[in-house]
Amino acid sequence: MVQERAEAPASLNDGQSAPPRLNPDGSADGTSPMSPGQLHEALRLMLQSHAIDELAIKLQRLKRIGLYAPVTGQEAAVVGSSMALDPQRDWMVPASREQPAMLRHGLPLENFFAAYMGRLDFAAIPPGIKLLPRQQAIGAQLPQAAGLAWAVKLRHERAVTMVYCGDGASSEGDFHESLNLAGVMRAPLVIVVINNRYAISVPFHKQTAAASLADRAVGYGMPGISVDGDDLFAVYSASAGAVARALEGQGPTLIECRTYRVGFHNTSDNPNDYRDSAEVQAARDHDPIGRLERYVVAQGLMTLGDLADLKEEIRAELDTVQRHVASLPRPEPDFIFQHVYEQLPTRLEHQRADLRGTG
Amino acid sequence: MMAATAHPVPNPAPRVEREMSILEAIRAALIAEMERDERVILYGMDVGTLGGVFRVTRGLQERFGIDRVFDTPLAEGAIVGASIGLSIGGMIPVPEIQFLGFTFQAFHQIGPQLARYRARSRGRFHMPVTIRAPYGGGVRTPEFHPDSVESLFTQTPGIKIVCPAFPDDARHLLSRAIRDPDPVLFVEPQRLYRTIRGPVSIDGDDVLPFGRARLVRQGTDATLIAWSAAVHVCLAAASELQGMGISAAVLDLRTLVPLDVEGLVKAVVSTGRAVVVHESPLTGGFGAEIAATLQEEAFMSLDAPVLRVGGRDVPYPPGTLEDHFLPTVPRIVAAVRRTVER
Repeated sequence: MVQERAEAPASLNDGQSAPPRLNPDGSADGTSPMSPGQLHEALRLMLQSHAIDELAIKLQRLKRIGLYAPVTGQEAAVVGSSMALDPQRDWMVPASREQPAMLRHGLPLENFFAAYMGRLDFAAIPPGIKLLPRQQAIGAQLPQAAGLAWAVKLRHERAVTMVYCGDGASSEGDFHESLNLAGVMRAPLVIVVINNRYAISVPFHKQTAAASLADRAVGYGMPGISVDGDDLFAVYSASAGAVARALEGQGPTLIECRTYRVGFHNTSDNPNDYRDSAEVQAARDHDPIGRLERYVVAQGLMTLGDLADLKEEIRAELDTVQRHVASLPRPEPDFIFQHVYEQLPTRLEHQRADLRGTG
Repeated sequence: MMAATAHPVPNPAPRVEREMSILEAIRAALIAEMERDERVILYGMDVGTLGGVFRVTRGLQERFGIDRVFDTPLAEGAIVGASIGLSIGGMIPVPEIQFLGFTFQAFHQIGPQLARYRARSRGRFHMPVTIRAPYGGGVRTPEFHPDSVESLFTQTPGIKIVCPAFPDDARHLLSRAIRDPDPVLFVEPQRLYRTIRGPVSIDGDDVLPFGRARLVRQGTDATLIAWSAAVHVCLAAASELQGMGISAAVLDLRTLVPLDVEGLVKAVVSTGRAVVVHESPLTGGFGAEIAATLQEEAFMSLDAPVLRVGGRDVPYPPGTLEDHFLPTVPRIVAAVRRTVER
């Protein structure tokens, strides 16, 4: 544990040339910070995310899964940040709308669908995958991630913990408490705030009077950086810089990805009740997937035919996995007693026997 | 108050024993577990340099180093929340919340997060966390410092609740808590830290199981049921009752979760009468759970309704008035006489 005062926070790009940018028209300022292989992986994850959104919404409407919160519009922010991690080395702590990041970090598609489709015997994050479960309590994952990064430091291991939260979570006490703690402990933590402008119906300007959530960082003695969250290059560059900084023992970094929640909060929400369709359309024009598609085609990395094939391959894979998961058995009712304690106390044994007897 | 040695102790013997206060016994357990397993870490507000506001952890930072015993920022939610990540990262966290009443500031990380993490992760991650917290009234502390909120966590399954009243139990239940793969809320009776001394076994690797109540005083007419500091009030009441010709047994539950239903029923069936005593407010307190359990499991053996003596259903009052809030010897004596005279 290092107790000395952290250095004055500074922009990660001080003294460097302007970071690369991927523009909405698919042109780039500067060279891609990602290799062709990484670009292909990123595009595949983003397209897969979109396809999962479409499939999950359809399954929800058919009452085959419960609530679903789509990623649509936020793909570059989620994928670009997660691709700065080494899944073998680093930990990921998601909030509840980072599906492609969880898959990229090693969560098998089968387990992913099993969780949504109630096949709970198959839904656990497998051993060895350095990923925590989705978090439904807003911001509660933040101190947990700070603790995880701190453990890594106490054990003198070389790894980063990346934690996600939204603009709404930035108002929670947990946000302040954990960023303060991570700053004091100089924990190897990267905090990625996916600022999608809405916490269900509450817009960003009602969430905070701050111009940027990255400005909070100075109060925690860490650098803060705000990027266009629909620009894969900007998100990846900032994230990779923060990961490198953490690995070098320089402590945590706060990254705000400015994006837009194009879809509804979740399948029970109707955004038309609280926001203007023109605003949504303007965000759609910044579509992070479209600009990456235009870039890879313009650069000759993929043809339109390749893109169509990739989308078809993704759809086919999702269909196969989803059908397979649907064929898996649902858990026995007494599943609810599993995993509460390592050893079931006598009282719970009696309750489980009662459940088995009466349903 | 009566010392533990005055009462029959059915714990296994023979043993090498040393006289200790509860505070010394807790410190001895922390030292033993830290020596046994280098993953055990202690942290919280004032835990490191100062050794805690009660000095429970005094000398431990010097002994085990700043990487294993350290101070944190003043943020209960982060102290508990971080313990979840520290567990996942391979540590065995023993955070201290300075006073149990301040678990309100961490409630969302204890009940809905720490307690549920094994279940939420479908068994992938377990939480070998022991939250230590002093509590209880009778020492004229400021607001929130005396609040008995331990039973709130009986409504958040996944966490165990351990509440020792004697040095030997504190020593060996804390060892068990730290080795337990599941989270434990270990509440320490602050007013007894230094006043209750007793023999503590120091031979070998003695760990007490959870879920075993202990009859700390034999009796034939009624059974008093309590945990933590209230056990000693019950013992004092039992002595007074003896002078009135009433023989009261005292059962120390020692853990609320898991609850020793068998031991509870046995202790009450033998007298046919029961009075539950706790410092937390009466309504919805754990005494209600005990009374309900007894009427479910031992109805035909009861000679009188199960009575409860709890704190009043009011916010914990200023110290100058706390004796009118807490269960006292006269209130307990009156309750026992009511059950016996029915």
